[in-house]
Order: sequence, then C-alpha cells, then structure tokens
Amino acid sequence: MLSTEKSAALRHEVETFLYDEAALLDEWRLEEWLGLLTEDASYHIPATDTPDGDPRTSLFIIADDILRIRSRVKQLLGRFAHAETPHSRTRRLVGNVRVRSVEGDVIRATANFAVYRTRMEQLDTYVGRYEYVLVRQADGGLKIRERRAILDLDSLRPQGKVSIIL
Amino acid sequence: MAQPGDFRARRVAGRPVILVRSDDGQVRVLLNTCTHRGALVCRTQSGNARSFQCAYHAWTFNSRGELVGVPGEDAYSLSFDRKDFALAQPRVDSYRGFVFVNFTPEGESLSDYLAGAKEFLDLVCDQSEVGMEVVPGAQLYSMRANWKLLVENSFDGYHGLPTHQRYFQFLVETGGLDMTERLPGRALALGNGHAVIEYEPPWGRLVAQWNPVFGETKKAEIETVYAKLEAKFGAEWARRVSRTSRNLLIFPNLIINDLMAVTIRTFFPVSPDYMEVSAWALEPQDESAEDRAIRLDNFLTFLGPGGFATPDDVEMLESCQKGFANREVMWSDISRGMNRAEPVPTDELQMRAFWRRWHDLLTLRPTKAEAQRAA
Ligand SMILES: [Fe+2]
Repeated sequence: MLSTEKSAALRHEVETFLYDEAALLDEWRLEEWLGLLTEDASYHIPATDTPDGDPRTSLFIIADDILRIRSRVKQLLGRFAHAETPHSRTRRLVGNVRVRSVEGDVIRATANFAVYRTRMEQLDTYVGRYEYVLVRQADGGLKIRERRAILDLDSLRPQGKVSIIL
Repeated sequence: MAQPGDFRARRVAGRPVILVRSDDGQVRVLLNTCTHRGALVCRTQSGNARSFQCAYHAWTFNSRGELVGVPGEDAYSLSFDRKDFALAQPRVDSYRGFVFVNFTPEGESLSDYLAGAKEFLDLVCDQSEVGMEVVPGAQLYSMRANWKLLVENSFDGYHGLPTHQRYFQFLVETGGLDMTERLPGRALALGNGHAVIEYEPPWGRLVAQWNPVFGETKKAEIETVYAKLEAKFGAEWARRVSRTSRNLLIFPNLIINDLMAVTIRTFFPVSPDYMEVSAWALEPQDESAEDRAIRLDNFLTFLGPGGFATPDDVEMLESCQKGFANREVMWSDISRGMNRAEPVPTDELQMRAFWRRWHDLLTLRPTKAEAQRAA
C-alpha cells in the first residue's frame, strides 16, 4: 500500500496525464499522441454486447496493436480517411480517475469518459470507461501500454462508427 | 446454442423474436409477445432458460412456447384452454445452420426461395468439416442512409480502390498485397433477387491461400488444408472454397461476405434515410486458437465500425443520401458491364439483379416460379 500522501500524488499525476492525452486527441495532435504509447501498446474497444471480451476469442470493434495504431494515425492525418475528411470536432470529458493498482513500474488506472463528436451538423456521444495500463519510464514519465475503451452503449446506434480515436 | 434452453433474443424486421433450442432439442423461433396482454416475455439478449415468464402478470411459457403457468387460473371460464395461448411461431426453416423465419404462413419453401444462393452458402460452409459457428461479439451499428444503398455497397467491386485506398495502402505497407491488378472473377444473378460476386482476392485466406502476412511457418499448414479440401471435394470445388472470395446477397437484406474472414451482415430500415446494421464473424467450429485469433484480427482490419474500411463505406452511403436531396438528379446509374457477355465483379450486374427483383415486388410482378405455379 502506498501512503495516503503518495497515492494522492500518484492519482494527480495520472489525472494530469489523461487530461493531457485527451487534449492532444481533441486537438488532432495525433503524432504527439503516439509519443505517449509504448512500443508494444494496444488500443481495444470490445463489442457493445461483449464488454469483457478477449480479442483472440470474440469479435471487437477495434483491437489494434502498435503497428495498426500507427497506421490508423497516419491514415487519419492523410487524405483518404473519408469518414474523417474533413475532421470531426471532438470534446472529451474524462473523470472519476482511479488508480487501481501499482506493481513495480506498472500502474493500472480506470476513468470514465464522455466523448462528444460533431461533424456535418450531427452530434454523436460516446459514453464509457477507460482501462489503462501505464508504465513508468526511465525518465520518470508515464507511457500507455494498454488502452481499452469500454462503451456503456447497447449498440453504436446512431453513432454508426468509431472513426475517431476514442 | 448447443444446450437445451440456450436462447438469443433478436429483432427481425422490427419484430421481437426468441431463437431457442427447446428441451426436445429442436430449434424454434417464438414471437416475443405475451399471448395474455402483449408484453415481452424475454427481456434479456441471450442466456439459458427453462422457461420464459412474462413479468407483467407472470404467465409462464416453456422452451417450446407452451403456456405452462397462469396465476389465478380459476377466474377464467370453462372454455379457457392453455393450448390456445402458446407463444406464436412463424414459419422456420434452415439451410446449413442458417435459420430463416417467414412471417407469412403460406408460400414457397426456404430451399426454393434460396434458389442459386445455396451453392454459395455451401462454398462458405465447406470451409470446415464439422461446421461453422458465430463467434461471440456482435457489431451493432447504423447508417444514416437508405438500406438499399448498403445492398449495393456490400458487393460493389468498383468502389474498392477509391473508397478503401487507405486499407489497401495499409496492406501494401504490411507486405500483404499488390493491388495494381484487377480482380479476376465474375458476377452472377442467382434467382429471386439473390446475387454474388466471386473473385480471386488479393488477400490471404487461412482456408487456404497463403499470404506473406501469415508468415513462413503457416505455409505448410495452409497447403495441408488445401490438399485435404481437394481430396474431399475435388479440384474445382476446393479451388473455389479456398482461392476465391465471394460477396453474397440473399435477397433482400442478408449479406455473407467471405473475404479475409467471413462476415454475416443484416440490416433493417428504420426510416427511409436510416438503417440499423448487425454484423457477426462466422468461423470454423474446429479451428485452432491461433487461427481464430488470426481470423478475428483480419476481420477487424477491414470490417466493422472501427475497421479501416467500413467507416468509409458509412461515410459514402450517408454522402449519397445527402446528395439525393437534389431530385433533379433522378437516377443512380448501374449499367456497368451491360456491354459484356460475362460481367465481372467491378461491373454492376449483381445490383441490377437486386433492383429488378425489388421492382418486381413493388409492382406485384410474379417471379418465373410463381408464374409457373399459377399456370
Ligand atoms: Fe466498401
């Protein structure tokens, strides 16, 4: 167990990290966002009817490894990601940040989110929770090893798709 | 749905139904409407149940749909008979494990209805010796577009390169393929509005077309799978199962696309400019854990609301729907390949087959089979 003081400081650090991440995504600074990820990072969104699924045995909405995350970013910043050309405007509310465990360099944290996406006069809302695995780096900073966005939706209706990074 | 009592609650054509394996082992479809006062008797999406009890007045139905419990039954007259109050059941038939319902009590058999589409369902299902299964996890999404646009889009070989350039670029970058060649293949009308495109795909298939993305270690294994198929089905059928992909429409709204993975996709209009889409992954029951993971991974790269392709399809169909507001542009042109004896997948014969059947139905023109029966 960490002391109360230490755990408050850690939660504050994790909160600041997640808020900064949300700002990078909202501002479409996706190359910089890639810099927050480890070399073996993953980004997962389970199907809405299988929130506890494993991407090796159940169908997901997104199950990217780092190669696919990098490609996704490159595509989104390129000319042929029609679903995001022109880009959406997004606004992320990240809250209820909780540090769930600390083991060595590995910190597990959860947070709630509401992501508002506006495009072509259509507003879509994504609600759910994040499960993060963060890793303490040699320079003292944090990086993301696992990033799972679990939607509290019965379906992607009427959102239709997840073309932004959620 | 292997065990007695296993069920899935679904909406088909806007109607709530329960697909259940009854205690006698038979698969039934029960209309999810209490025969007492109409409430849903099942309000969970899936599970295992010995019976379905309506929460409103606690009438209880067994897994065959029979009414087995009525609180305060003595208040009904002598003519009250539980048999009259079984859950209603639409006509049900199945083909290769695909269960179809028909809400009209009379009419052609499923086999007659499927017509030439059966051959292509066989090609999909012959991938496994023991059978195919739907993997857990449904992609439930929507499009702000008319449902018929998704029919066209689901087997439109012409849109591949311009709409999905970013996906193909990704494949090239990961060493998967060279997309400079046209897809060799054909487009066929299969009767009753069903249609298909069948072609030699640029991507690899675990059954059984090796591709660099699978790695050298998989090469021998995939060749063994191919040899087995050849021994069982002969060279021509084995070639089609393994080395061709197909985008199949079962008229009017069931798509089975057998690509780098197999997707089942169905969609229903909610209004003229909005549809709900449901998609699942279909995979061999007997595949290894490694192959299942590879297939699911391949599926996600291209398909689904978070893939590198489907979101752009959604965008294009919604874009069409917006464009249609200009009534001065009265027609969509789907004449590609009308100048060719044997149209190819980048032509539009498959769409014409769909639209002709749709038009016949709206104008009450009988099919050949119906005309023959009437005569
Ligand atoms: Fe497409």
